[in-house]
Order: sequence, then C-alpha cells, then structure tokens
Amino acid sequence: MKLKEIKEVLEADVLTDNYDPEMEIALGCSSDLMSDILAFGKPDSILLTSLNNIQAINTANVADIKVVCFVQSKIPNEMIIKLAERDDIIVLSTKLTMFVSCGKLYSIGLEGCSYLTFEE
Amino acid sequence: MDNPTKDTSKTQELTYELRVKDAMDVNFITIESSTSMKSLREILRKKRILGVPVADNGQLVGIISIEDYVECMENGNLDEIVGNVMTKNVITIFSDEPLINAVRNFDKYHFTRFPVLERENGKIVGMVSKIDTIKGILKKLEIAYDDKHLNKFSTRSLINDLIADKICIELKYDVEGGNFEKAGNASTRLKKSLKKLGLSSSITRRVTISTYEAEINIVSYTEKGVITARVYSDKITVNLEDKGPGIEDVDKAMTPGYSNAPGWVRELGFGAGMGLPNMKKFSDEMTVNSVVGKGTTLNLVFYLNE
Repeated sequence: MKLKEIKEVLEADVLTDNYDPEMEIALGCSSDLMSDILAFGKPDSILLTSLNNIQAINTANVADIKVVCFVQSKIPNEMIIKLAERDDIIVLSTKLTMFVSCGKLYSIGLEGCSYLTFEE
Repeated sequence: MDNPTKDTSKTQELTYELRVKDAMDVNFITIESSTSMKSLREILRKKRILGVPVADNGQLVGIISIEDYVECMENGNLDEIVGNVMTKNVITIFSDEPLINAVRNFDKYHFTRFPVLERENGKIVGMVSKIDTIKGILKKLEIAYDDKHLNKFSTRSLINDLIADKICIELKYDVEGGNFEKAGNASTRLKKSLKKLGLSSSITRRVTISTYEAEINIVSYTEKGVITARVYSDKITVNLEDKGPGIEDVDKAMTPGYSNAPGWVRELGFGAGMGLPNMKKFSDEMTVNSVVGKGTTLNLVFYLNE
C-alpha cells in the first residue's frame, strides 16, 4: 500500500521533510510498548503509537520501520522530528485514536505484523 | 550539475591532475624484433589487437600494426622479421606526464594508442589509449564521489576486503545511566557502523534490536555501562557490562512479561518485561552473568550465515 493512501485515510499531517507519497508500506503495527514493536514489528512497516518520546523513533530506527504515525493528536517536539529526519524516518500525526486508526487501515487492506511469539 | 561549464572544467582539471601512469594499461604485450611476420598475425588475432609495440630487453625499438602485415602480404614479404618492417620512429609518452598530453597526442597524431615509457630508463611500462584515458578520469571521479558520499552510501563489505587469518573489528560505546534522552544513542550508532561495514540489513536489525533492549536496561537500572560489539568474518558478538544492582533471579527475568521496572521507565514505553526475552529471540546465543550488588554482564552472539 502506498503511503499517500495511508495518509489520506488517517487524515494525517506530515511532520518531517522526507515525506515520500509513493513509498510502499508492507504492514502495520501499533503499541505504546516499544519492546512489543521490537519483538513483532517488521521492516518496511508503519508504526502507530501514542508514545510521544524519542524512543518511538529509536525503536523504528533499529527495527527498520519506515514510518511512525503518532495518534490522538500527539505532536512530537522538534528534537524528535530532527532525529527522525536524520534517521530517514517519516513522521505523521493523526487526530484519530489508536483504535480508529488501526481499524481504518485494516479495513483498506493493510495487514498487521505477525503476532508476538517466542517459539519462532 | 546546474552549471555545465563548471563540470567541463572539472574534467579538464582532472586531465591535468592525473598522470599517464594513472590511466595507462599495464597489461600490455610486446614482441621482439626477431619475431617473424607470420607469427605476428597469430599474436594480433589471439590478443584481438591491431598493433603491438616491439621491444628488445624492455627497450622500445618500434611498433608494428596489422596494416604493416597486410602490406607485407601484398608484397609477398611474410618471411621477413618484424624488425625490418616495423615503424621505428614511434611517438611515445612518459609515464609521469600529465594525462592531458596524451589527450593532445590523440588529436595531433590520430593514433589510437601510445606506448608509455619510464623517463629514467626509457623502458616501456604500459600503453595508453583513449579508452584508458576515459577510464582513468572516471575512476578518479568515482574516488572523489566515494570520498564525498562515504557517509551515505557504502555497500562495500570492508570485512571481506581485509586480509588476515582472523579479523575482529571492535566497536565500543559508553552508556550513561538514567539519561533517557540519550538512550538508544549507542544502538543507533552501532547500527550505522554495521551498515558501513557492509553487513546485511537483517543481521544488522537483529544485532541492534537486541543491543537497544540491553541499552535501555543499562539506562533504566544502572549508573553507566559499556557496550562492546565485535565483528568477525563469521559472527558478531555484543558484550554489555554494567556495575548496576544485578538481576536477582535471571530465570524469572527471562519470563516474558515479568518486570520490576520503575514507573518512569514504563512511562517511556519500556519496562514491560520483554527486554531479555527479546534479546534471546533475536540472538543466536545469549549468556547472562549477574551478581546482585555488583553488576551484570550480558553476552550476545549472532552468526552471519543466517
């Protein structure tokens, strides 16, 4: 799915200067627990979170997640935006809640990253 | 790019900067003047060349081409030796001359290749053609480009290019405890370095996710720690040491969901009891040595042949 479709359905604002509307997003994941994202997040996916701090960007960075979307009108500070731009991560922000954001994306066909398992 | 005049002058500049020896072809062949014209044909055919320099004991004595051969054939002189047929007055160039002189010679004499001589002893050391000149300039541009963009693009696998019986590249990072703003700094810098070393994104991801979890633990529970990553040709090891309070029950800490993280750590998106299980999941081997009141040492191993 193209990032511009995701941006449209989430009615999201772009906060970084590296927005690429044609970027292909394979999967989605959402949590405020970064360890969960590290455990089951997949490369080239979008992360939805309401965790508004620098660790959301660091988590995306080490897990090769390309886009972070802050839900429920969370706007990260300038330092977080700069870090994201440096690490080539696109940051979006939506007014929608986590539940509605995930539901909307799922309904237009964005699959979730796999369930958390430790048997893998 | 928006100034073509500037770009042209840069290329011209390079032809002055580069020496003939920087561009010349050193994989050339010579033949001796005593070679028969009959065998010349076979040499030119095998090497797919139109002419060849004639040298006796390394000293250039002439040049002979396919045209000379054809002329000999027409005159029925194929029993001659090369030395009697070759052009003796050869235009040459010295290896230490600027490449621009070779470019000028191509224009002036309309020859496609020139023998290159060493100035000190006059011995032939290479051949230079228009193609060699272009290749030399491109190579120089590539090096300049690489130097400029090394930080952004490096796909070369450094570790594979090094030659030794055993190779180990050590990367050390200091971690400041309690400073959540800086947490992740070591892991993200490690990630950049692993990428620069040309390691695949999947192994880089596994190593940095595990290191990041461990770094968060150091920041959350201790005053300071040291992360040492060692890159070998077949594996990566990460050693994390801190002088923190230690883990009372390692087995319990390994249980997904078990946590005794303070509230502030949880507020920051961690401390949900997934740290050690995540490290175990993404690494191939993990050992934890912890002494309560002394500190914790964590060793992670990742094999490169995934």
